[in-house]
Amino acid sequence: MTDALMPLSPARGGAAIDLSQAAVIFGRGAKATRALQPTTLRINDGEFVALVGPSGCGKSTILKLVSGLIAPSGGVVVVGGREPSAKAARIGMAFQNPTMLPWLTVEQNVMLPLKIVRPFRSEYRAKRKTEFRDRAHALLDQVGLKGFAAKYPWQLSGGMLQRANLCRALIHEPRLLLLDEPFGALDQFTREELWGVLQDLWLLHRPTVLLVTHDLKEAGYLASRICVMSARPGRILDDSPVEFPRPRTVAMTFEPDFVALNQRLRARIVEARGGSEELAR
Amino acid sequence: MTDFAAVRRKLWAVVLIVGFFALWEVLCLALGVSDLVLPRPSQVFATLFERLPILWPHILQTLMTTMIGFVGGVVIGVAIGALIGVSKVAYDTAYPLLIGFSSIPKVAVVPIFVLWFGSGTVPAVLTSLIICFFPIVVNVATGLATTEPELEDVLKALGASKFDILWNVGLPRVMPFFFAALKVSITYAFVGTVLAETVASNRGVGNVMMSASSNFDVPLVFAGLFILAALGVALYVAFSLIERRVTGWATRRDDFAAA
Ligand SMILES: Nc1ncnc2c1ncn2[C@@H]1O[C@H](COP(=O)(O)OP(=O)(O)OP(=O)(O)O)[C@@H](O)[C@H]1O
Ligand SMILES: [Mg+2]
Repeated sequence: MTDALMPLSPARGGAAIDLSQAAVIFGRGAKATRALQPTTLRINDGEFVALVGPSGCGKSTILKLVSGLIAPSGGVVVVGGREPSAKAARIGMAFQNPTMLPWLTVEQNVMLPLKIVRPFRSEYRAKRKTEFRDRAHALLDQVGLKGFAAKYPWQLSGGMLQRANLCRALIHEPRLLLLDEPFGALDQFTREELWGVLQDLWLLHRPTVLLVTHDLKEAGYLASRICVMSARPGRILDDSPVEFPRPRTVAMTFEPDFVALNQRLRARIVEARGGSEELAR
Repeated sequence: MTDFAAVRRKLWAVVLIVGFFALWEVLCLALGVSDLVLPRPSQVFATLFERLPILWPHILQTLMTTMIGFVGGVVIGVAIGALIGVSKVAYDTAYPLLIGFSSIPKVAVVPIFVLWFGSGTVPAVLTSLIICFFPIVVNVATGLATTEPELEDVLKALGASKFDILWNVGLPRVMPFFFAALKVSITYAFVGTVLAETVASNRGVGNVMMSASSNFDVPLVFAGLFILAALGVALYVAFSLIERRVTGWATRRDDFAAA
C-alpha cells in the first residue's frame, strides 16, 4: 500500500519542533491583530501531534511559524535544531485551502516538491517521466484519485483537490509533515479511509506530524498527543497523550475509553471558546 | 456542439468583414463618392494588386522595422516589468517616471530621434520600440505584483529560492497578462513605425502613403492602410494562437485541458 514511498534514512534525536513563548502579531500600530499569544510547544521527533481548538485561534498560524512562512513577533521558533526554513527540514505542508497551481495538471502539482526539494530536484528532469511519475500515481491511487492525474485543478471537486493536496505534502517523504485540516472537505467514509492511509504511512516512516483538525475523533484516531488551544488569540490550554494501541481502527473510536477522551477534550474546547456547557447543549 | 458554435462564430466574423466592405462599396456607388475622397474597396484592392511589385519592398521594410522595434520593446518591457513587479520599492519609485514617459505623444519624439540618428530606419525602430514597450511593462509588472501569496507560499514552504518562485509561479502566472500586452503592443508597434516613416524616412509603407497622398493618389493611400491592417491582424492572430496554447489554463478552455 505504501510502496510509493521509499524507506528513509533515519536522522533524529531531540525535539523536532520547539516553540518557546512564540507569539504572532499581524500588522502594525492600530491595525495590529494578535493571532497567537506567547505559546510554548515542544514536539519530539517522530511524534504525531494533533492541534485542536476553536476557529480563528491561531492553529494555521502555528503551522506557518513552523514552516518558516512567517516569523514570530516574539519568542523563538526552532525546527530541526535551527531557525525554521523548509530547506533544511524537508517539510511537507498541506495548506488549509488546497492551493494547486492552476497551470499544472494534478500530477504535475503533486510532483512539484520533487522539482524543488533537494535531493530530488537534481534528478527531476531524468525521472519525472518514469519513477517520480509512478510515485505520484501510486499516491493518487491511494487517496482515490486514480485517473485524475492528467486533469487540471479546476476539473476536480473541493474534496478531490484536498486529497491531491495531501499527496503533494507526502510525495517527497518529508521528515516533518504539517497538515492543516487535510480531511475537512471529505465525507465521513473517505475521511476514515484516509486516516488509515495516513496512519500506515506514519507507522512505516515515523515522520514528525503536526495535524490541525476540528474533528476530535480524527485527533484521537491519529495522534499520539493532542493539544487544545484557547480561543483567539490562542495559546495551548491542554496537552494530553493518547495511548491507544496501534494500528488503530475506526471500531476503536466507539469504545468507552475513546469516547471518554473525546468528551473530555470537547469540554476543554467548549471552555476554550468561552462558552458554557449549557450553551453548547 | 462547441465545435459547431465555434465554426459559426468564425463564419459570422467573415460575414461581418465581407459585409463591411460590401456596404462601403455600395454606399460609395449609391452616393457617387469620388475616389479622390473615398475610393471603393474594389479600387483599393485593384491598386493593391497592380502595385504589389513596387509596394513589396516597402511592406518588407515596414514589417522588419516593426518587428525589430517590437522585439526590442518586448525584451526591454519584460525586463523592466519584471523588476518593477518583483520589487515593491521599484514599483513605487519607477512607476511615476514610466507614466510620464508614456504620456509623451510619440509624434513629438520622432524629430528628436531624427536629430540624433538621422532619418531612415533607426528612428522608426526606436519609435515603435518606445510606443510598444509600455503596455508590456505595465502588464508584466501587474501580473507579477498581483500573484496570489498563497501560490507563492506553496513553493516557499518547500524551501524554494526566489528564482524558483519566479520561474515556477511568477512566470506562468504572468503569461495571460503578457499575451494581452503583446496583442496590444504589436498594433502599437505598427503605429510607431508608420508614424516615423511618414515623418522621416524614404522607405516603408508609411512613406509610400505620405507621397501618395501628396500626389492625390488616394487609392494607393488606402492600399497602404489595408496593408497595415492586414499585417496587424496577421500578427495578432499569430499571438492569439500561441496564447491559446500557453495560457489556456487561465480561461479553463476544454481544448487546453484535453491536450
Ligand atoms: N495574514 C493575516 N493578516 C492578519 N490577520 C491574520 C492573518 N492570518 C490570520 N490572521 C488572524 O490570526 C488569527 C488566527 O488565524 P488562524 O488562521 O491561525 O486561525 P485558525 O486557528 O487556523 O482558524 P481555523 O480553524 O478557522 O482555520 C485570526 O484571528 C485571523 O484573523
Ligand atoms: Mg486554519
